[in-house]
Amino acid sequence: MEERLKQLKQEATAQVEEAVDLKQLNDVRVAYLGKKGPITEVLKGMGKLSAEERPKMGALANEVRDDITKSIEAKQQLLEKAEIEKKLAEESIDVTLPGRPVNSGTHHPLTSVIEDIEDLFISMGYTVEEGPEVEKDYYNFEALNLPKGHPARDMQDSFYITEDILLRTHTSPVQARTMERHQGKGPVKIICPGKVYRRDNDDATHSHQFMQIEGLVVDENIRMSDLKGTLNTFAKKMFGEDREIRLRPSFFPFTEPSVEMDISCKICGGKGCSVCKGTGWIEILGAGMVHPNVLEMAGFDSKKYTGFAFGMGPERIAMLKYGIDDIRHYYANDQRFLTQFGQKEIK
Amino acid sequence: MFVSYKWLQDYVDLSGISPEELAEKITRSGIEVEGIEVSGKGIENVVIGHVLSCEKHPEADKLNICSVDVGEEEPVQIICGAANVGKDQKVAVAKVGAVLPGNFKIKKAKLRGEASNGMICSLQELGVEGKLVPKEFAEGIYNFPKEAVVGEDAIEALALNDSILELGLTPNRADAMSMLGVAYEVGAILDRKVQLPELDYSQSEGRASDRVTIEVEAEKENPIYLAKVIENVKIGPSPQWMQSRLTAAGIRPHNNVVDITNYVLLEYGQPLHAFDLDQVKTNKIVVRLAKENEKIETLDDAVRELKPHHLVITNGEEPVAIAGVMGGANSEVSGETTNVLLESAYFAPASVRQTSKDHGLRSEASSRFEKGVDPKRVELAAERAAQLLSLYADGDVLSGTVGTDKMDKTEKQLSITLEKINRVLGMKLTVDEVLDLFRRLQIEAAADQSTIHVSAPTRRGDLIIEEDLIEEVARLYGYDHIPMTLPVHETKPGGLSARQQKRRLIRQVLEGAGLMQAVTYSLTNDQKAKEFALDVREPVKLMMPMSEERSNLRLSIVPQLLESVSYNLARQQDRIAFYETGSVFLEESSSELPREDEHLAGAVTGLWHSHAWQGEKKPVDFYAVKGVLDLLWERLGVIEDIRYEQSREEHLHPGRTAAIYLKDEKIGYIGQVHPSKQKELDLKETYVFEVKLESVYTYETAPLHYSAIPRFPSIVRDIALVVNSEVLGGDLERIIKHAGGSLLKSVKLFDLYQGEHMEKGKKSLAFSLIYMDPARTLTDEEVVKAHEKVLHAVKEQAGAELRG
Ligand SMILES: [Zn+2]
Repeated sequence: MEERLKQLKQEATAQVEEAVDLKQLNDVRVAYLGKKGPITEVLKGMGKLSAEERPKMGALANEVRDDITKSIEAKQQLLEKAEIEKKLAEESIDVTLPGRPVNSGTHHPLTSVIEDIEDLFISMGYTVEEGPEVEKDYYNFEALNLPKGHPARDMQDSFYITEDILLRTHTSPVQARTMERHQGKGPVKIICPGKVYRRDNDDATHSHQFMQIEGLVVDENIRMSDLKGTLNTFAKKMFGEDREIRLRPSFFPFTEPSVEMDISCKICGGKGCSVCKGTGWIEILGAGMVHPNVLEMAGFDSKKYTGFAFGMGPERIAMLKYGIDDIRHYYANDQRFLTQFGQKEIK
Repeated sequence: MFVSYKWLQDYVDLSGISPEELAEKITRSGIEVEGIEVSGKGIENVVIGHVLSCEKHPEADKLNICSVDVGEEEPVQIICGAANVGKDQKVAVAKVGAVLPGNFKIKKAKLRGEASNGMICSLQELGVEGKLVPKEFAEGIYNFPKEAVVGEDAIEALALNDSILELGLTPNRADAMSMLGVAYEVGAILDRKVQLPELDYSQSEGRASDRVTIEVEAEKENPIYLAKVIENVKIGPSPQWMQSRLTAAGIRPHNNVVDITNYVLLEYGQPLHAFDLDQVKTNKIVVRLAKENEKIETLDDAVRELKPHHLVITNGEEPVAIAGVMGGANSEVSGETTNVLLESAYFAPASVRQTSKDHGLRSEASSRFEKGVDPKRVELAAERAAQLLSLYADGDVLSGTVGTDKMDKTEKQLSITLEKINRVLGMKLTVDEVLDLFRRLQIEAAADQSTIHVSAPTRRGDLIIEEDLIEEVARLYGYDHIPMTLPVHETKPGGLSARQQKRRLIRQVLEGAGLMQAVTYSLTNDQKAKEFALDVREPVKLMMPMSEERSNLRLSIVPQLLESVSYNLARQQDRIAFYETGSVFLEESSSELPREDEHLAGAVTGLWHSHAWQGEKKPVDFYAVKGVLDLLWERLGVIEDIRYEQSREEHLHPGRTAAIYLKDEKIGYIGQVHPSKQKELDLKETYVFEVKLESVYTYETAPLHYSAIPRFPSIVRDIALVVNSEVLGGDLERIIKHAGGSLLKSVKLFDLYQGEHMEKGKKSLAFSLIYMDPARTLTDEEVVKAHEKVLHAVKEQAGAELRG
């Protein structure tokens, strides 16, 4: 009997080894461990054994049964694992194929530039002011020290709607209106973005409609050095910490003294190249100390108050920042142009 | 203004300062130098030659065989094709080896069998602009005046190696519209003396006042009118140096008399006019305003009609010039002129500006009068021209000046404290430093303790207020020396207004949903201005548009967005989705500003969603765009009060358009562009929306408040309702919500069916209803009761039956 059990164990183990799938393994289980299996048969013959041998044989039979069970279980784990592997292998995909696109729009590049400038000045305590695009001659010109017949009005030929109403030629009327609202009391600290219009034929460098963004600070003891420091902060934040600024005298009817600000050319590092026309400097914006006539007309006492103002063109800034070569791109809304500005620039 | 570097040296010592250095210094201290031009740059081996003989080429009619003395041992033979070449001329010869502009190399050549060892040049070939070449040489080679020296460098003689600085003058710096003005500026910058021209010359015995009389009837427009008389002038070319200087300044040489007036205009900034005195006929000048219907033929051979506000110079009978703008053809200096009346005047800026604008004539003269010339130079300039006429036109200058001068030439007195200068600039200058700057500018200034008194010279009409003095100090001292500070004052937090924040939110949401921000023009044509408008009315029109295409202010943003859609469709873009926020302009009354409403508009066409390799392609439809708007309403916190209603709008599909309401106000529309409009614009199925943002901006949103996450289970009941096709899903949903009461937490449409398994004229809508009470578990009974109410309501109000 002992022989028989050992033989059974050997046979069963061999068959377990040979089983290639779970079904065959199950067949082995049923064949050896089932109610009609050979081990049960052997145990049935136990009655013929002596009382002494009976427990010994019983233990051996159980041991054989356990061993077979264990080997079946081990094999089962192996086969199951293989089965899963096989199934997963069948499920595998090409992970290099493109993902399902998520629709996403983009800021217009001019909006990006304007928002960047707004945010920079907001961080310095400015608020954002807006005003009408169709303006009174008074706010667009007269309140800015440009009386009727002033030669500087030629500088910006305008679109008139009536003798007295026109499309604003700059965002400066917002300054005039804001100062007026302050009723002679400082501080005024604003940044004014918006659309402006001039009689120009549209070409690579001119547009009858374009954007402007201006800043104005009016308070007691505002100095030209404050203007210079503010512009320096702006230039470094907007164009890079390594940029230098310089002021050049200029003329605007609403400021005195008036200056233009250049920044050092990034491309040639100041040595001179085609972008900076060999000067090493690139013109960025106009600025100056608010003309006393402008302060007085808006109700500020020019003996007590001083102020500075600056203004620039987001189109030009974007051109310099991104190397855009034609101002008409901004208004054609060619998706192949606009999609290039999807990436958010973070410094 | 073009400034010759060589000429400038007549007045200021420029030694040690290169043209480039000078340009940089001028730019940094006040006037932008926009460029430096050397027209004959790099040209060598071009000399003055003397044409010894000139014969027709035996083999070619149009060619001449010239023997030219170029200052070498032997004359050279040159074949010349110019029609105006001739014996005894002094010409510019490009010798073999010379390189002319355009990399044109002069080589030995043979032309029809004859050797040619060089080229006789036109001025154009030497780099001079065609319009500046004297008329007689415009079509051929150039002739030097007789006294030119053979063998000398022609480029040097023509001063084409001179550096010409182009000044970009701002309107305030009219003082720099003259060489003397520039000299004062450069003298100040370099701290060097300014040398003014010597005005010595001999006058003849006759008196000008015996020869002519001057009457000024319009003193306001013409406070100074001075005339000199020069007799027996010999008309001829002006000296080469003068011609070269005029050319450099962009003025074409004519003859000595005209050239001299132009030369003095450039030198003093004072326009002059030379009349042929014999052609003036009456020996009399009367300055007056024109009469109605008066006409004059001007120098450019145009007949011009005059208006009563135009100032004219007359001979007492008829106009002989439009004052300060252009001379008359009847009194023009010509080759036959012998006696000249020279006019030097101050014409009021506003008058000249208006007149030159009316006639569309802007000249070197008018552009100076418009800005106000220096009244002190009116007479000086006349003297200078008389001197030059006596020197270079052999004229006899009658003694004295005739005319009237009613102008106050007192210098304006300005005072400023040192404290103010330093306070405005943020600097620490001393009185002495400030006084020294004015000394360099040759502006009289004196200090009384710390107050500085300045006498503003008449040549600097731009110095009017204290701040102008501050600018003089700052620009000359140098902006580089101003320190960098930040405003020292009470700091308030900056920020965006609620409206501005909402606008940014709109951008964020729409871009997140796949729409691209567009910026289009506010000006459009009459038709587009009105189309798709939410407020239909006449658009605001420009008085003088540049083109019909940009003549009206828009009432809607959609037409321009559709234009951008077409533009992109034509460029093979298969998914186009734009939005724009911006103003539309509504006229309320013609005397007031139009109302500007901020609108949001969008236009979407093509694929809404595509994932090609997986075969997914979903074109945009009404619901895709509506979904975007709904997301926007949700993020803006207005969705509770938003309602869509079936609507008809011009140019939109009648069955696929909804009006959008916020509370009870119609704020916009959404819909498909009408197929016939789509066809007209070359569009495919395109959806648009436009919304007035004002009500959205001012809507009071409820503050955010947390509500507890439900701890008790909810119960879901799905119902399929069969209704007539006309019944709107939105209405059914409203009925359900209303009837469901407080236990009904949500209603969602999950199926729509109409088709073969449905009775004709009917459709089935399936909704999923969720019932819940946050405080407890609902009993079946309660749900059944609420649900019964819902079913009852939809049956009563919409004739809905439960689908079997
Ligand atoms: Zn550069």
